[in-house]
Amino acid sequence: MLTVATARRNALYCVAAFFMLSLVLGCGKEYRFIKAASFKGPRGISITFAGPVDEKWAKDQANYSINEKTDPDIYLRIAAISLRPDRLSVTITLEEDINQKATHTLAIKGIVSEGRNMGSAIVDVKKFYLGYLLSILMGAMIINNFVFTKYLGLCVFFGTSQKKSTAIGMGITFTIVMVASAMMSWFLYQFVLKPFRLDFLQIVVFIGLVSLSVQAVDTILRKVNPVLFKAFGVYLVLVIANCIIIAVPLILADNEYNAIESLMLALGAGLGFLIALFLMSSVRERIELADVPPTFKGLPIAFILGGLFALSFMGFSGMSLF
Amino acid sequence: MKARKKTNSELFFNGILNENPIFRLALSMCPAVGISTTVMNGVLLGTAVLFVQVFSSCTIAAIKNYIHPRIRIPTYTLTIATWVTVIDLMLAAYVPEAYKEMGIFVKLIVAFAIITMRLETFACRNPVGASFWDGIGMGLGFTFGMMALGLVRELLGMGTILGYDVLGFRPLLFFVLPAAGFFCVGLMMAIFNYMEIVYNRRKKV
Repeated sequence: MLTVATARRNALYCVAAFFMLSLVLGCGKEYRFIKAASFKGPRGISITFAGPVDEKWAKDQANYSINEKTDPDIYLRIAAISLRPDRLSVTITLEEDINQKATHTLAIKGIVSEGRNMGSAIVDVKKFYLGYLLSILMGAMIINNFVFTKYLGLCVFFGTSQKKSTAIGMGITFTIVMVASAMMSWFLYQFVLKPFRLDFLQIVVFIGLVSLSVQAVDTILRKVNPVLFKAFGVYLVLVIANCIIIAVPLILADNEYNAIESLMLALGAGLGFLIALFLMSSVRERIELADVPPTFKGLPIAFILGGLFALSFMGFSGMSLF
Repeated sequence: MKARKKTNSELFFNGILNENPIFRLALSMCPAVGISTTVMNGVLLGTAVLFVQVFSSCTIAAIKNYIHPRIRIPTYTLTIATWVTVIDLMLAAYVPEAYKEMGIFVKLIVAFAIITMRLETFACRNPVGASFWDGIGMGLGFTFGMMALGLVRELLGMGTILGYDVLGFRPLLFFVLPAAGFFCVGLMMAIFNYMEIVYNRRKKV
């Protein structure tokens, strides 16, 4: 019992470490005099300066030009500009709603602060990056749960969801292998397959990488931590038979995510599988005691339960965070 | 392995009835739930699986004497991946619309348990000819399973078969919902179980 507890704690530390790393790397870069620029409401963009700016300069619409980064020719029209009393932040209101999914470029001409010219600045305005990462994570985990809304990994899902302990073990093992293999395949795709125009080999390369990483985790775990291996070793073989593990690298290759976004998606996919397994195993443990008609015993009733879960997960569809 | 050698027709029907991949072996459930909304999808994906199964079975049966037992699983995986790539590129070139509809599932054939299982249990111990027939049987069994599910879901959900309006109304719109795939597979399995129970009871009496 103690060994399982240690193993679980170690696995939790791993997950926490990955999350902290992404928090540190997730901060974007900013221009010197402009402290922050962000969307405010459906039509507004707010800019925070490092020092107080002159009111006459700030209220002049000709000093600002805004466009979507992908369309440099189309400038968005400004309806009004307001300056806060402390003269530290300006809110620009546009005539039309902003497409907040796109990155906007904001050019500010000759900033005047306390009579001194601070020069011009060009800043990118985009959605809070950490929030974007979090929305990828939550999206893969719950809103687009791979098991209940994309119907992947069902063989392993129904095979290992009979007992809670098995479900948790499988889920954690899967998450670790998922993150490791997704990062490797992202790296290989971006730096080897794409530059050499070998895209068509992606299936062969990804499945090879998955088998390789499973084998590597197996060997390393056996030598480094036999206790952990005893707890999770049995699930490693099953990981290869899970379609999610090959689906995630393919999705990453299609969507051109960067490293941190890929990490988030892989983590979300793994945790989502863990959640699905845990939910299902809790219900199946209860249904062991129930009086199920003989024709529905075993897999059929499990499928019906899966259908009920899928129906309830449909409630999350279309939700968006941040 | 077995006392009596099976004839080719027995191998062929084994895959379709006795060891039907979807309803009897309960393998490759993801596509059965995911894209069994229409008969056409079932036919297309089934054909793709059929080709991959037959080609990989024949390849493994042909080179089985040169594979070291310890690396046999990676060899199977790479063989399947190669054939899946071939089929994937061919479908993308010749039937682009249907390919788009099936989405990622064509590429995911590489992770279908049924193909690896047939290579492991059959193709690595039998000659090319027998493996060929076994592969065809398994592929057709999968196709029929997918088609049966697609038929039920398309008929009940949209009142059509293969896109042609048959009923003129929509009996149970619920079956078009993606989540209904689970219910459909569950109910089908229950029907198969029921038939088996009735059959066994008759045999006893």
